[in-house]
Amino acid sequence: MLLESKVPVGALDEKWTKYRSTMNLVAPNNKRRIEIIVVGTGLAGASAAATLGELGYKVKCFTFHDSPRRAHSIAAQGGINAAKNYQNDGDSVYRLFYDTIKGGDYRSREANVHRLAEVSRNIIDQAVAQGVPFAREYGGLLANRSFGGVQVSRTFYARGQTGQQLLIGAYQSLSRQISLGNVTMYNRHEMLDLVKIDGKARGIIARNLLTGELERHAAHCVVLGTGGYGNVFYLSTNAMGSNVTAAWRAVNRGALMANPCYTQIHPTCIPQSGDYQSKLTLMSESLRNDGRVWVPAKQEDAAAIREGRKNALDIPEEDRDYYLERRYPAFGNLVPRDVASRAAKVACDEGLGVVKTGKAVFLDFASAIQRYGKSEAHSKGIHNPNKDAITKMGEDVVRAKYGNLFQMYEKITGEDPYKMPMKIYPAVHYTMGGLWVDYNLETNVPGLFALGEANFSDHGANRLGASALMQGLADGYFVIPYTIGQFLSGEIRTPNIDPNSPEFAKAEKATKERLEKLVKIKGNRSVEDFHRSLGKIMWEYCGMARNAEGLKKAQRMIRELREEFWKDVFVPGTQDEFNPELEKAARVADFLELGEVFALDALQREESCGGHFREEHQTPEGEALRRDAEYAYVAAWAWDGDKAEMIREDLTFENVELKTRSYK
Amino acid sequence: MKLTLKVWRQKSGGHKGDFETHQVVANEHMSFLEMMDVLNQTLIEQKKDPVAFEHDCREGICGSCNMVIDGRPHGPQTGTTTCQLHMRAFKDGDVIVVEPWRSTAFPVIKDLVVDRSAFDRIIQAGGYISVNTGQAQDANAIPVEKDLASAAFDAATCIGCGACVAACPNGSAMLFTSAKVAHLNMLPQGEIEASRRVQGMVKQMDEEGFGKCSNMGACEAECPKEISITNIAMMNRAYIASMLGSSTNV
Ligand SMILES: Cc1cc2nc3c(=O)[nH]c(=O)nc-3n(C[C@H](O)[C@H](O)[C@H](O)COP(=O)(O)OP(=O)(O)OC[C@H]3O[C@@H](n4cnc5c(N)ncnc54)[C@H](O)[C@@H]3O)c2cc1C
Ligand code: SF4
Ligand code: FES
Repeated sequence: MLLESKVPVGALDEKWTKYRSTMNLVAPNNKRRIEIIVVGTGLAGASAAATLGELGYKVKCFTFHDSPRRAHSIAAQGGINAAKNYQNDGDSVYRLFYDTIKGGDYRSREANVHRLAEVSRNIIDQAVAQGVPFAREYGGLLANRSFGGVQVSRTFYARGQTGQQLLIGAYQSLSRQISLGNVTMYNRHEMLDLVKIDGKARGIIARNLLTGELERHAAHCVVLGTGGYGNVFYLSTNAMGSNVTAAWRAVNRGALMANPCYTQIHPTCIPQSGDYQSKLTLMSESLRNDGRVWVPAKQEDAAAIREGRKNALDIPEEDRDYYLERRYPAFGNLVPRDVASRAAKVACDEGLGVVKTGKAVFLDFASAIQRYGKSEAHSKGIHNPNKDAITKMGEDVVRAKYGNLFQMYEKITGEDPYKMPMKIYPAVHYTMGGLWVDYNLETNVPGLFALGEANFSDHGANRLGASALMQGLADGYFVIPYTIGQFLSGEIRTPNIDPNSPEFAKAEKATKERLEKLVKIKGNRSVEDFHRSLGKIMWEYCGMARNAEGLKKAQRMIRELREEFWKDVFVPGTQDEFNPELEKAARVADFLELGEVFALDALQREESCGGHFREEHQTPEGEALRRDAEYAYVAAWAWDGDKAEMIREDLTFENVELKTRSYK
Repeated sequence: MKLTLKVWRQKSGGHKGDFETHQVVANEHMSFLEMMDVLNQTLIEQKKDPVAFEHDCREGICGSCNMVIDGRPHGPQTGTTTCQLHMRAFKDGDVIVVEPWRSTAFPVIKDLVVDRSAFDRIIQAGGYISVNTGQAQDANAIPVEKDLASAAFDAATCIGCGACVAACPNGSAMLFTSAKVAHLNMLPQGEIEASRRVQGMVKQMDEEGFGKCSNMGACEAECPKEISITNIAMMNRAYIASMLGSSTNV
């Protein structure tokens, strides 16, 4: 199979504009007839469904949640990037493009990333018009902050709830289209299979989660905005329900999974505290604008903290190692996530961790509180303020910026982060890998599109902070509404797809049998138990540092676990009712397949790049060592339920020079 | 810590429900939902039906979780969702009563899971600004006063959980509805549709079977996002103004 990226010809900064003005269009009278299925109502899915509805298509939209507003995007905290250059600090479309390519460790497609940077500006305009209450300055204009891996302030935010506010904006637009009758919404419906007719994606099998009934839904094409698969690690910052099923069912129907091993491990999460733990909580990267990361310089201090004989405040300044500032003076605490995560691991591996398990470092706001306090005092004309007054004013500034995050931290840990530094550790957060798509966001299955975290397209081997929201909304608002026309303009003579066709019947039967099988096993282990076991294997061998031996072992262990799952899982109840355990079981079954391909992908990639760190490939200083001559390609995997086969898309770089990433 | 749980069990909306008593061993670092996970793991090991409850983000933002704990929506702590509640709020030997939201507009689906789709329909009745993708002007062309943006944010922070309805003796959805009206009406972008919006949303709210507001303030007290009851007053004013001042009638 040859993978065609379909990147238009021409100069990088003209590709999209020219392509957009020459693309095939679908006339309004035809749009009214053409049906589109959108699965997912996160930023990607909701923005796509709303916009396609506005354009006049007949849209059917699906979510397994009880309301479109609950999609995992709601939890995004820190912000969204856009090359607005409102701060006049030298930002531009090119700079955002360049930062993203470099941040992704030169493993993404130039043309896609450039388009993303171009449309980033429209997203902010659109969101503001929808009433998204972004943070503002006293003059009434929009405020910005910085995120990791960049030296400009281009991140727009709504306190620590940016994802919530953007999703509500998209949800409101979607709601408007629902009320106008352009979008039919199916809540509590889970896509369990993709239906292909004559090689084209023509519909889905969805389970009505309330009744258990399997439903056939037909359309001219299918768009997936079904999110990432970080929960293959069981513990992650993703919402509990996030899963790979929609994408993986598509893979089972011939779509390709690209770069599954590219996982982002986020440096600042609340450390795990026990075995019962169900998820990990992110502390937004925006905190690294003001928080300083450190560990005790001496092992005995670290040990004393772990044993409760000392606390952070007992360690004098000279005995602290602000290791990011020391190792990466140019970017300091704002190095990209992969770099920050590995540095935390190195510190903890050296015995400098600061919680009982040894797996945490400090994120300290004391300097920021003092700095802000002094500046507030100054701006209020208070001369000679006392220390308490400064601290109080400084805390107020920090509260205004990050209040909800500090509160969240306190609720979970029972500690006050205004007084004591936070304790943080890396956790699985985002998956750069995803369904392979071309420039049109179309997978290798004609008529099947993938948007947002569900595709692999823009972040290469590492995603920069505040870029997922940007990508999801770029895909949904500003890319798919155009590119879908390239496919649909060829379908205007296609009559409505018949859900009674044999292809639908076959897919429905297969789904029914699969669920039946799960319910009938009536084994001895819970779904949760299998999921946890899978997560442990993934974290141990496919986590922050990987090596060939471990990956081979993981592959074997996952396969064995999968076999055991299909023999010994216990799912209560039947498939003909509301049955959350059955929902979980079907998702874990898919994670067990994905996990194996994940390990294979990590094994074949004999280099370190971005979030993928192979111990065999590092510099003497422990930095990632890329191998551009051999590995500047996308690894897209076909899977037949048993064997995986890799198909390559070579990446060509015409505009940027491949360099060793340096944040020093 | 050892706890006794009295959990509401109800096979479906059509069945009658009742409390079931279970013993659970928990520790103080667990979240309330993790404690429920422990209970469910035990039930599954005994090949029994686990307790159905809704949850997703487990960090207080998606609005999925919804338990009435010892008579209070989202439990004893203010400004806290069920998923953010930790067991350190309880002590060894406690008896804890867990129920679903109870309101006619939120029928029970199973155990602790209820149907809150009425909220979606209220939003569909006007809880948006009518702007198509691509129609927007430059974002900084509409300056908004910092405090106003912040006030709009405070209203927009509602997570749509429904605790306000569950807390209200009348089952009123005024806090939820008014939070959306306030968020959008307050902003210059949302002003144009202010009258249509408030009329449409109030009408839908009434049609969904939510009760009337009698200013008891229970909603505000139990709202995990501390949405202010002043939004209700604002909505009432907007509603009256829309009936008097404009030709709009939804
Ligand atoms: C805690 C946290 C904080 C973050 N903060 C930021 C940030 O500050 N900035 C940033 O840029 N990014 C951030 N991210 C990343 C970002 O939030 C996500 O990558 C992004 O929101 C994903 O959006 P999406 O639309 O692709 O998918 P999602 O929001 O995950 O939506 C998936 C949708 O698909 C539906 N779905 C899935 N499978 C099925 C199925 N089989 N059938 C039916 N429906 C299905 C779901 O119901 C849901 O509606 C954060 C992520 C986390 C975990
Ligand atoms: S107003 Fe408060 S209680 Fe009511 S739905 Fe919104 S967040 Fe929940
Ligand atoms: S589970 Fe999301 S708010 Fe509680």
